[in-house]
Amino acid sequence: MLPKGPRPRRRVAVVGAGLSLFARRALETGKELSYYAASAALESAGLRRRDVQAVVMASAPDAFDGVHMKGEYLSDGAGGWRKPYLRAYVGGGSGVFSIISGWTLVASGLFDVVLVVAEEKMSPTQPHPQAAFISIFDHTIERPLGPNLLWIFSLEQSRYMHTYGIANEDIARVSVKNKHNALGHPAAQLGAELTVEEVLASEVVAWPVHRLMVSPISDGAAAIVLAAEEVATRISDRPVWVEGIGWALDTSYWGNRDLAYPRYVEDAARMAYAMAGITEPRKEIHVVEPYDPFAYKELHHLEGLLLADRGKAPEDLANGRFDRDGPLPSCPSGGLMGVGNPIAAAGLMKLCELYWQLRGEAGARQVPNSPRRGLAQAWGDLMQIGTVAILGVR
Amino acid sequence: MGLRDRITEAARLRAWEGEIGVSFRYTAGAAGERFFQTLRAKGTFAVTRCPECGSTYLPPRLYCPKDFQDLEGHWDEVAPRGEIHTFTLLHADLDGRPLSRPRLIGFVQIEGTEGGLLAPLAGEPAKVRIGQRVSAVLRPKRQRRGVIEDILHFR
Amino acid sequence: MARRRRPADAAPPEATQTTRTIPGVSHPLRGTPLREADLTRGAVSLERWEPALSYRWDSGVAIGRFLEGLREGKILGVHCRRCARTVTPPRAFCEICFVPMDEWVELADTGTVNTFSICFITWDMRPLRVPQVPAVIEIDGTSPRVGFLHTLGGLRGRTVERIRREVRLGLPVRAVWKPAGQRTGAITDILHFAPLGRRR
Repeated sequence: MLPKGPRPRRRVAVVGAGLSLFARRALETGKELSYYAASAALESAGLRRRDVQAVVMASAPDAFDGVHMKGEYLSDGAGGWRKPYLRAYVGGGSGVFSIISGWTLVASGLFDVVLVVAEEKMSPTQPHPQAAFISIFDHTIERPLGPNLLWIFSLEQSRYMHTYGIANEDIARVSVKNKHNALGHPAAQLGAELTVEEVLASEVVAWPVHRLMVSPISDGAAAIVLAAEEVATRISDRPVWVEGIGWALDTSYWGNRDLAYPRYVEDAARMAYAMAGITEPRKEIHVVEPYDPFAYKELHHLEGLLLADRGKAPEDLANGRFDRDGPLPSCPSGGLMGVGNPIAAAGLMKLCELYWQLRGEAGARQVPNSPRRGLAQAWGDLMQIGTVAILGVR
Repeated sequence: MGLRDRITEAARLRAWEGEIGVSFRYTAGAAGERFFQTLRAKGTFAVTRCPECGSTYLPPRLYCPKDFQDLEGHWDEVAPRGEIHTFTLLHADLDGRPLSRPRLIGFVQIEGTEGGLLAPLAGEPAKVRIGQRVSAVLRPKRQRRGVIEDILHFR
Repeated sequence: MARRRRPADAAPPEATQTTRTIPGVSHPLRGTPLREADLTRGAVSLERWEPALSYRWDSGVAIGRFLEGLREGKILGVHCRRCARTVTPPRAFCEICFVPMDEWVELADTGTVNTFSICFITWDMRPLRVPQVPAVIEIDGTSPRVGFLHTLGGLRGRTVERIRREVRLGLPVRAVWKPAGQRTGAITDILHFAPLGRRR
């Protein structure tokens, strides 16, 4: 049983959600992608830009787009022209940090309506967007070793598998589930029917990681509208309440952490559970969208979220616990693996998914039994940041 | 050795040198693409106009930043001319090295729009004035590639 | 070496995709996907920028001394008086206790493998015929779970199967140093870590 925490007095709800398509390379600039998502979110909320009082923009490194001060550059496409504007940036955690930032702006009483947008345009980076990540490694004692981004994931996956005796077949099952789920997602880049064998037959990029265990490079944007309680109950037929938020940062000395367990995700989750008054997450969370940039991360994060025992998430997955029609649907959207990974937008896409799931509007992806509470989680930078948001309907 | 100690021996100073070898390839965007194709094919400036506030945008926007209207169906064209809004004479390059010949650049406000373009200016530096009326000099059509360099300068 | 055609390059599964609409929005989701060929054959306007991003980073007080130690063929660490951790590479302050870390120690150049991987791709996604074997190494004499990134070498195998027979988590390893005259004060003064008992 987890302890309860303080409950902020002003309630905040999600009253609209929008997306652009996710694509490997889009013609559109980041501003235009932001506009697609932001205008769709406003339309779904029945609001105009003039109704928005402040804008939050989440976007990960400027290095992808190759533009300076990307937050400011994107602002007019995000509806931020002449409005109070805030950029949220915590690497891959940004998409969920965006709703955390937006929540604080409304819960504090500063604003009643806040538009939250997340955008990423990775395709400009040459020779490959992954190259932009080289600066994640220490310039003096790591970069001279000739590393690449995959090392971080493959080293972590290797430790996780070794610690708990997990086989690569168990990990491959995540790719199969998520790419299948993504077939029902309107923005999806890589929905597909795959088998575990096909995933393991894909080339080894950095053992134990196979190519079909890696989420794609993407361009795309997502957006939601947040409103204070008095406004939300007036304009929305069914507001989706922000019941808990949490975030935590661990040390950047990543070799000094236990790579088999994401304790910074647990720290963030505990904060969110306390705020939401959730004492038994496995019973009280009905649908979950953990961050899945690599197949094994979904399992790693489910354990950090206290939704599975340490080392046991793979077994739960194999038993169908996390299927869309299982006891705890995980990544019903199709996740980053299936929908795409425009870094910041991917995290907010998960929140859009919860919004539709909790309102029964997820169509082909709808999880049964009218879920009332969902959790979205993202993770970023040098494997340090956990960001969590819990949404619920009455 | 504590944090507040100074290092006075040069041999103990250490720095690591390195490069980040990425480059970028930018698409023009949905609106930008039409601007450049129009410039290339017709030598005119494509613009978008908001049906709500009437603002005419150059470079053209897919959306009005003020009203958030979709401007997809609201295109027009203007002649590539306007007046010098501001200008400067450059004597050094990006790395601070002296240029062999000073370069005139300016921001040209394009007639009939709320916007304009940063561009090279032709003419004698001593004779350039704010408010001066100028026109774009484009590359010959066959040499245009649908990029901003299709505009050689304003004169 | 020709790159194999990847699923990501294949045509998107349009036939199996649901309609691209979301609730409450009148039009389908927007976005104009391009193929790589659209860009390379000049179908759309493109602008390029090749910045010269070069840097000269100050190593810092602690790493500066660490690098000097490497040049001398030594692995140095620091000890926190308050929490009693011994760490390498060293840092000027303990990030947990927030006090200066100024007790320097010379450590052995042996350790154990905390985790490893076998990588066939470069930082810019080009294939490697001979894989790199990155690892997190925990140096003997440091506190538990204090590891850092380096690479393994001196292995006979070049395939996943063969390398996995030689390397396991917990494997004892020793640093293989560059000859003294070639060391410059860099992390690469250690060529790699090799299984104990190997010369190379």
